[in-house]
Amino acid sequence: MVTTTDVRGDRQARSWDWVGSRLQQQGALLALVALLALGWARYGDDGFVSSYNLVSALRYNAMFALIALGMTFVLITGGIDLSVGGVAVLASVVAAELSPAGLWPGVTGAILVGVAVGLVNGGLVAGFGIQPFIVTLATLLAARGLALILAGNEAAPVDFESNFLQLDRIVGGVSLAVIIAAIAYVAGSILLNLTRFGRHLLALGGNEEAARLAGLPVARTLVAVYALSGGLAGLTGAILAAQTFTGNPNEAVGWELSAIAAVVVGGTLLTGGVGSVWTTLVGVLLLGLIINLLGFENLDPYWQNVIRGGFLLVVVVLQRRLTERRGSRRIA
Amino acid sequence: MIETANHDLLLRMEGVTKAFPGVVALADASLRVGRGEVHALVGQNGAGKSTLMKILNGAYRRDGGTVVLDGSPIDFRSPKQAQAGGISTIHQEINLVPYRSVAENVFMGREPRRFGMIDWPRMNRSAREILSRLNVGVDVTQPLLRLNVAVQQMVAIARAVSFQSKLVVMDEPTSSLDEREVATLFAVIRGLKADGVSVIFITHRLDELYEVCDRVTIMRDGRTVEERPMGEISKLELVATMLGKELGEVRRTGQTGFGESQRHGRGVLLEASALSRGRALRDASVRVDAGEIVGLAGLLGSGRTEVARAVFGADPVDAGEIRFRGESARFDGPGDAIRAGIGFCTEDRKAEGIIPHLSVRENLTLAALPVLARAGVVDRGRQREIVDRFMRRLGIRAAGPEQPIRELSGGNQQKVLLARWLCLNPKLLILDEPTRGIDVGAKAEIQSLIDELAGEGLGVLMISSELEELTEGGDRVVVLRDGRTVAELSREAATQDAIMAAMALGPAQPEAATDPAIA
Repeated sequence: MVTTTDVRGDRQARSWDWVGSRLQQQGALLALVALLALGWARYGDDGFVSSYNLVSALRYNAMFALIALGMTFVLITGGIDLSVGGVAVLASVVAAELSPAGLWPGVTGAILVGVAVGLVNGGLVAGFGIQPFIVTLATLLAARGLALILAGNEAAPVDFESNFLQLDRIVGGVSLAVIIAAIAYVAGSILLNLTRFGRHLLALGGNEEAARLAGLPVARTLVAVYALSGGLAGLTGAILAAQTFTGNPNEAVGWELSAIAAVVVGGTLLTGGVGSVWTTLVGVLLLGLIINLLGFENLDPYWQNVIRGGFLLVVVVLQRRLTERRGSRRIA
Repeated sequence: MIETANHDLLLRMEGVTKAFPGVVALADASLRVGRGEVHALVGQNGAGKSTLMKILNGAYRRDGGTVVLDGSPIDFRSPKQAQAGGISTIHQEINLVPYRSVAENVFMGREPRRFGMIDWPRMNRSAREILSRLNVGVDVTQPLLRLNVAVQQMVAIARAVSFQSKLVVMDEPTSSLDEREVATLFAVIRGLKADGVSVIFITHRLDELYEVCDRVTIMRDGRTVEERPMGEISKLELVATMLGKELGEVRRTGQTGFGESQRHGRGVLLEASALSRGRALRDASVRVDAGEIVGLAGLLGSGRTEVARAVFGADPVDAGEIRFRGESARFDGPGDAIRAGIGFCTEDRKAEGIIPHLSVRENLTLAALPVLARAGVVDRGRQREIVDRFMRRLGIRAAGPEQPIRELSGGNQQKVLLARWLCLNPKLLILDEPTRGIDVGAKAEIQSLIDELAGEGLGVLMISSELEELTEGGDRVVVLRDGRTVAELSREAATQDAIMAAMALGPAQPEAATDPAIA
């Protein structure tokens, strides 16, 4: 009898809660649809929504999508990975250096470099209990430095004779990078939703002590998640090298922050325990296409980051308000 | 007695009430503290001590009642106001800034200034003066973090004194101190007393009360139930009053869902002997047979939870032996203990049990994921099957397996956590306060479930603060006091009085022998 009164008293609050959580999960999707509609209304099929524009926008944003995917997993555990930008350029230099050997050595080398940095990140976070922010900030700097040393402070050219550039070929009308990203998102979604590892991530981010007492391999899971993020950043580096024909140590500045912005805009909580792969993809597209649309508006390009920043703030404030209301309801 | 004390009353709190949404934290609390008196405030968890203290120091506003300090009514709106009014609080965790110097910590926010800049010589001198009055000689210019916890505690007290406090509230100040440090703290308290400062002392360690306190106020369920001079109340009576039991109450009340059936042990399952870890555990031993419910009793801080965590491999131990199913079993972590067949339902459901955002299904199968996964992929079909089976068997009331666990009632959350272990088919289940904060119906359900499981051969180690639960549910009751096992009582011997006596007095002390209630 206690339960029935509980349910009745709660119904109103719960339906609001439901609206809130839908908004948090799907708000970015609504915004994305609105943005596409706006672009279509203003510029029609020939401009913004033209296949050429969208394909080239996707080609570029595939790289952000891959980095943001890894970042999603890290943020779900309540951590952060600032090293991904540095890892991507280090990997792009490595890929360029290995490109004479062909496509597979280049890509594999880039991914392995990323995984290696990720293992260092995860090992320091899980083994020594150092804050992820500090650890990955340090490896960000170190990876950029290594990229400069390796490339001798200039862009390392990709070997045009080899088949490395096949990484950016067009398949069925879109860049191979877009297809890789799409496959990665399907795999990522399976990983998060269907595997033990994915469920461990959510449990760990939701309540680390409870996860530990339930016998979950907390340390191993943390190491794996940073390695995964590093590996995806490495793959991104290989794609970057193929798209720019060089391994340029001065590229990819601030990518880690753009990726975090995209993940958070998608609705993944920075505090951990809640997150989804698909909303991250929506976040990446939303932020990417806003910039694209602004290009059509003849807006000064310097406004790009102002708009992105403003967007991020709005989303974070909304998230805060939503979680606050839930928190207060739980006490009552 | 109280009438005469009235002349010199510093603080009078009367009829104080405070309700939070859904809970009445204080129903009728009163507290009277004389000038220069060290006053003990005791009660079980949830008795309302902290709420009363938070009302006193302005962290909470009261709903009703009067508070009079030094003859004038007060109503502080913030701890800062209370401090200005002469009331300082020293918390269990020290609220100071570790990287700043001792002197800065003492005067933070009120640094003496000269020409607009901090007057360092004067600040250091004043800090040194105050600390030497407390008989603490430290270099006041060194950062706080270089000092041990006891001295940090003294710095907190020095800060309180520097506010010209009339009343200092100490909330479990000794919980992180060792014996020698406790002695130093007590010397400081006596010094404060000599200076006419009153102290409210909250602790769970009974011996300490008798060592420094003049009078005691006992709270239970949001009410003040007793106020006495320390010398006029025996430890046993004190514990009985805290728990709300009559001395000599021996009858079984029959309120719990535990059956009366006598289970017989089927071989030793767990044998932990002479466990020790820091100050928390000194010589704790406990044995559990298969098919047996062993109650683990003790006051807060007696080491009950620490024993459970040690057995489960969640905390390392300094010394002692743990044998599980005949084999030496010092587990490296919960994972090993779980694989060996042990489950552990923690005391604090919110902080250590549930993963709030996740569904009933996910929470229920959290520990079972290794078993449920094939090549890393969770077998959803089997997962659903297990969840359905245990939701039915335990009568878990939820909108469905996908409802987030945070939306369930406490009783249903607890059932999910029980199921988390039961679905692994454990040999030993450790339950830390399995029915705390759960409504009466769910409580009886959980108790009869535990009973049934033991009947099927599961060994259960049950920590509980409720004496009925221990006397009716336990086949044996092991009593801890200050980290030591002080008594092991058979089902027949485990009366509420006998448990209380062991909790309060320890084994075979003269006082116990002369107390008529125990004979």
